[in-house]
Amino acid sequence: MSRSSVSRGRGSNILGSLSCTVIDQARGWGWGFAALILLSAPAHGETLAADLTSHLIAITTGFTGASVVLFGAIDGPGDVAVVARGPDREITVRRKSRIAGIWVNSREMTFANVPSFYFVAASRPLEEIVSPTTAAFYRLGVANLQLKPEGMTPPRVGDEFVTALVRQQQRARLFPDSVSKVSFVGERLFRTTIEFPSNVPIGTYLVQVFLIRDKDVVGGQTTPLVVSKVGIGADVFGFAGRQPALYGAIAVLTAMVAGWLASLPFRSA
Amino acid sequence: MDIYLPIAEVSVDVFVLLGLGGAVGFLTGVFGVGGGFLVTPLLIFIGVPPTVAVASSANQLVGASVSGVLVHWRRGNVDFKMGYVLLVGGLVGSAFGVWLFTLLKRLGQIELTISLCYVVLLGTLGTLMMVESVYAQLRLHRPGVRRRKLHQHNWMHGLPLKARFRRSKLYISTLLPVGLGFVVGVFSAILGVGGGFIMVPAMIYMLGMPTAVVPGTSLLQIIFVAANVTLLQAYTNRTVDAVLALVLLLGGVIGARIGSRFGTRLRGDQLRLLLALMVLAVAAKLAFDLTVHPADPYSIVVDKT
Repeated sequence: MSRSSVSRGRGSNILGSLSCTVIDQARGWGWGFAALILLSAPAHGETLAADLTSHLIAITTGFTGASVVLFGAIDGPGDVAVVARGPDREITVRRKSRIAGIWVNSREMTFANVPSFYFVAASRPLEEIVSPTTAAFYRLGVANLQLKPEGMTPPRVGDEFVTALVRQQQRARLFPDSVSKVSFVGERLFRTTIEFPSNVPIGTYLVQVFLIRDKDVVGGQTTPLVVSKVGIGADVFGFAGRQPALYGAIAVLTAMVAGWLASLPFRSA
Repeated sequence: MDIYLPIAEVSVDVFVLLGLGGAVGFLTGVFGVGGGFLVTPLLIFIGVPPTVAVASSANQLVGASVSGVLVHWRRGNVDFKMGYVLLVGGLVGSAFGVWLFTLLKRLGQIELTISLCYVVLLGTLGTLMMVESVYAQLRLHRPGVRRRKLHQHNWMHGLPLKARFRRSKLYISTLLPVGLGFVVGVFSAILGVGGGFIMVPAMIYMLGMPTAVVPGTSLLQIIFVAANVTLLQAYTNRTVDAVLALVLLLGGVIGARIGSRFGTRLRGDQLRLLLALMVLAVAAKLAFDLTVHPADPYSIVVDKT
């Protein structure tokens, strides 16, 4: 079975056509503004250039995960950090407690803007290259994602739910256990590999590359990456969403025909 | 070889699915029960989200019961009138069940409800079958036991709206099959099972139907109830994975063929004892999971928007 179904990005065309939708989607996201500020950041003149080996992850019937290589160059000495984020989702966290001997979901909290996928990489440990405020502003690292439950909750209970949320996302391999490595080839060229598991959520991802000097971000670039279902799987999924009644009817009819075929006696029997 | 299930949104080994469908089909062939009560827990076990597992089993069940009914129909063992009356209750029950399912899903208690229902139903059924088959084993060694009456008369025969069911040799109130159909319909929607394992004993012991017409008639109404559940689940919860259902059906067809040949070589009461043990094992496993301290008391649900 094909291990990765990543098709090579169609050069700059796809990039150009995507940027509009990316910015539209980013409008509602706090961090999206940070990304936009970042794009116009090189006031100091520092630059970096980076690209992905692919801008499309195609989820086919045989999809078992994919990896995408990000590569680039910087114009002088410095550190590089990379963040990849999937579209934000609303996630409900529930806690079980024991009631009459059995475990029942008893308390729940909702988190409005949780990245459906998060990846972070850096050329050196994050705390060595950025100040805590910078890391918090650019959402560098899982601890800086600013996950907050909706409504009023005692902070200590809220923290437990945040920890649980991160742990569950890590178990689903949607959040990283640790910061990945951005490796340098010489002084200027760098690369890192972003791994996507088979359960990667669909949508438009943003890959942000930060150039860091003296504990501060001095330059950056944002590149879109699309994760999308293709082929039969995508057709079935899309159809089930758009025409749920018709989809249900077809599912029932198909099963009936299959059942009828199964009931036909064997000639030999 | 992995296959990506478009609605469940997970990749599962296609041979595991075929094997699962085959194993359940084998049981259907050997024991003559639908096996739906095993499909849903096993699907959840291999990583399919419970809500998708329930809805897709209902879809798979449509196919499995169509083939079952056709086989019984060729032997003349289907009471169509009884089937339709059961169906009236079944359709109302399954619509109510899907509504309940949606409500429980929103409250975050659907997984608990599914597990609890399974523990209670499978536990009761397993115990009853166990007792019955042990008695049957004992009876073998004590011949000459008095033949029982066709059925006992009790309060149920005092109910109004009586009707005659010729094929089943019964003259009973239509409220009984309608009520039975309703209860089975509710379970069908919540558990993704055809309810054969509730329906069959109830038809024999409660309604007093002749054993020969029970499986075919039960399966007849299950077709429609399962179809109704599939449609409603697809429409309300969008949890029907047709790809999953078809792969299971394919495995089930092969399994049922092998199972029915194997089944003829075993004695009926031995079969029932084996089935009872298996049902009890599933119930015990689910009960254990409910009471043991969970590895992680927290769980998350992603709201798709």
